[in-house]
Amino acid sequence: MLDFPRWKVILVSLTAFIGVLLSVPNFLTDEQIESLPGFMPSKQVTLGLDLQGGAHFLLEVDTEETIHNMLLNKGQAIRDNLSDENILHRYNVTDDGLVIRLTNPEDRERAIEVISDLVVQVGASITDVGTDDIIIEGGSGAVINISLSEAAVIARKTQSVQQSIEVLRRRLDETGTRELTIQQNGEDRILLQIPGLESTEEIKFALSQTAAMNFHLTNLSVTPDDLIRDRMPPRTTRYPSIEKDPQTGEPLFYYAIRDEVMVAGEDLSNATYSTDENNQPAVSITFNTRGAKDFADATRANVGKPFAIVLDGEVISAPRINTAILGGSAIITGSFTVQEANDLALLLRAGALPAPLDIEEERTVGPDLGADSVAAGQVAALIGLAAVMIFIILTYGFFGMIANVALGINIFMIFGILSTFGATLTLPGIAGIVLTVGMAVDANVLIFERIREEMARGKKVLSAIDEGYSRAFGTIMDANVTTLIAALILFQFGSGPIKGFAVTLAAGIFTSVFTAVSLSRLLIVKWVRKKKPQTLEL
Amino acid sequence: MLLKLVPQDTHIQFIKYRLAAYIFSGLMIIGSGVLYFTDGLNFGIDFKGGFLIEAHTEQTADLTELRRLTGDLGLGDVALQTFGQDNQILIRIEYQEDKSLEEVVELVHSTLETQYSDTVTFQRTEAVGAKVSGELVEAGVMSVVLAVGAVLFYIWIRFEWQFGLGAVIALVHDVLLTIGMFSFTQLEFNLSIIAAILTIVGYSLNDTVVVYDRIRENLRKYRKRELPDLINFSLNETLNRTVMTSFTTLLALVALFYFGGEVIHGFTAAMIWGIFVGTYSSVFIASPVLLWFELRREPEEKPAEGKEVIPEQFR
Repeated sequence: MLDFPRWKVILVSLTAFIGVLLSVPNFLTDEQIESLPGFMPSKQVTLGLDLQGGAHFLLEVDTEETIHNMLLNKGQAIRDNLSDENILHRYNVTDDGLVIRLTNPEDRERAIEVISDLVVQVGASITDVGTDDIIIEGGSGAVINISLSEAAVIARKTQSVQQSIEVLRRRLDETGTRELTIQQNGEDRILLQIPGLESTEEIKFALSQTAAMNFHLTNLSVTPDDLIRDRMPPRTTRYPSIEKDPQTGEPLFYYAIRDEVMVAGEDLSNATYSTDENNQPAVSITFNTRGAKDFADATRANVGKPFAIVLDGEVISAPRINTAILGGSAIITGSFTVQEANDLALLLRAGALPAPLDIEEERTVGPDLGADSVAAGQVAALIGLAAVMIFIILTYGFFGMIANVALGINIFMIFGILSTFGATLTLPGIAGIVLTVGMAVDANVLIFERIREEMARGKKVLSAIDEGYSRAFGTIMDANVTTLIAALILFQFGSGPIKGFAVTLAAGIFTSVFTAVSLSRLLIVKWVRKKKPQTLEL
Repeated sequence: MLLKLVPQDTHIQFIKYRLAAYIFSGLMIIGSGVLYFTDGLNFGIDFKGGFLIEAHTEQTADLTELRRLTGDLGLGDVALQTFGQDNQILIRIEYQEDKSLEEVVELVHSTLETQYSDTVTFQRTEAVGAKVSGELVEAGVMSVVLAVGAVLFYIWIRFEWQFGLGAVIALVHDVLLTIGMFSFTQLEFNLSIIAAILTIVGYSLNDTVVVYDRIRENLRKYRKRELPDLINFSLNETLNRTVMTSFTTLLALVALFYFGGEVIHGFTAAMIWGIFVGTYSSVFIASPVLLWFELRREPEEKPAEGKEVIPEQFR
């Protein structure tokens, strides 16, 4: 056991050396890292949001309405086709699906056939045939129940979440330079993390707007009195103006808007900030081919009438169409501030969210507090380390110093591992390192105590050391594997900072076993071979 | 002369005191249960939803004024306290059924920014909705149960089932007492405490496994020795290590407790308690309970007449 072949010496030394080397960038400034030669590691530990400041949001995509609309669309298609086949029926939408009541129960088979033709496969891929999007079931005689299949609902949810992620990325990181994390979390959630953020207002603005913009004609037949009392003719809806009374917060005007969409916001190809002829802030928009055609047709047919621009259920403005606009571009004016016009342009460029987003969890940490935490963590770690090291020397003397060398290298190696794997260091993570300092000594204590015991039994120095290491090894393994299990479970179930704790704990387990078992043994064996002591002071 | 926390050769009769230890632990567990069901845990917003806002003011915070301002917002009970320093405040607000997280945060921020007489800087805002907090509770409980289960399995594989059961009894003991401690002190029970509990589980187990390892080794070595005596002997052999490791870990944790900042106070408090409980339980609970189960001993080779192994000669 005490034979250390040359390759083993090299392997152990090299591992320790590389481990320490990988941690070096953490102690350098950015400029120093820049000037390092290319072969040197340059990765630093990423600080968690709790240490560098930043915002963490857990958003839920409110897909309820999207799913409901999906049901309505399907229902409409079914009704149309049933009518085409002259199947008389009544139709009801419930919370769980559609209920179709046939006037003549003998039509049942034919009706089911018609409906079956409308079934679409969802989730189909090369390996999977997919699942029906609707389930035709239950009822008897004249009643047919139709519901959306779970697969169809999940597919739509996933689609909505994916779309939302894309839109959010465009809104929050148009230039692609921010280090933000946007990812799906569970079925209908989005995890959004933005490090180093001073103010969350811009973020919240981007999250709060669906930004669905459409162009509609106004219904001029509605009298002002009907408008106030919200008595709308068919296919017309009352919308408030986006401008509000600064005192009461009530809308300044109401508009009677025809439901039919003349030009859809999704047909925009670009939107930028600009100014109108009076030098007021405005948003200039460009349509894609289809949008340009729709816009030209609509304006040509309605010269002289007001054309309302509706954003998320509020009317931005309703300018009169003076002439047909054929160029495929337009300018939206309203009483915007420069900021508002810029924001609107960004939202329109990024596109509309498929469904509203609800904030389910929000955690923000200011950069100052983060810096304070780092400072406090450093102080605590250094004091803890010093206390443990002094105590170890007092207890084990020379062997304690070797244990301390191992402990020091251990800490560098933890940083090395964290940097290399791009792990995130959080405040609980710092606690994990401090804890590792305390626990890392354990392996050495186990070994030293064993050596003591063997010495007490009258063994010679060399064989006592040998026995001490080999007998302690099994114990060290068992003890560390169990802690590792706890760390893995923490990693699996924990979120954010807790994950960071689990990572440092796990990294600490690997490095402390290595430094205690391989490195300290190498050092002790080298020392024993050189000094050939007859007894050990331990 | 080197420092020794524990004399080299101890003969403490741990096993003799096992009844006292069982009674003591039993009472502590009952006490924890009573506290848990009467006072309950002071759940943080991670587990019950709600808002936590940390802010600092230029001057000493005027708590009366701040209480009046936040109390008038119609957000129910608003808990306000200083945090570490007297210009550092922590505001806790209950989860609001009828308002979105955003509205509440916005309301508090804007009210304090505009109406408080001093400049308020918001340093930390946490808002957790009811749905998420419910899931966090689930994940927290699940992780502790899973950890204990995984450990039972590992020790079963590595040792015998008796050891696995003994370790799990000790772990459950530690977890219950930790929950009791949090019910008693009313320290905030949040996600990081779950992390602390899992670490305690890992630590206590670490301690237990070391002792078990020695018991197993001695079971093979001294086949004739009475079990209580053998366990006692093993405990004494490993005592120095047990105390050393607990002490160094405590040293590090105490440093963390005093210098690590307010945010991780609860975490370190839980850990410090856990080290004591975990160390105690591996000596006084995990090892003696092995006596409850029939430990299977290696098949005994019949010693020849007159060549009886005398345990004393191994001491």
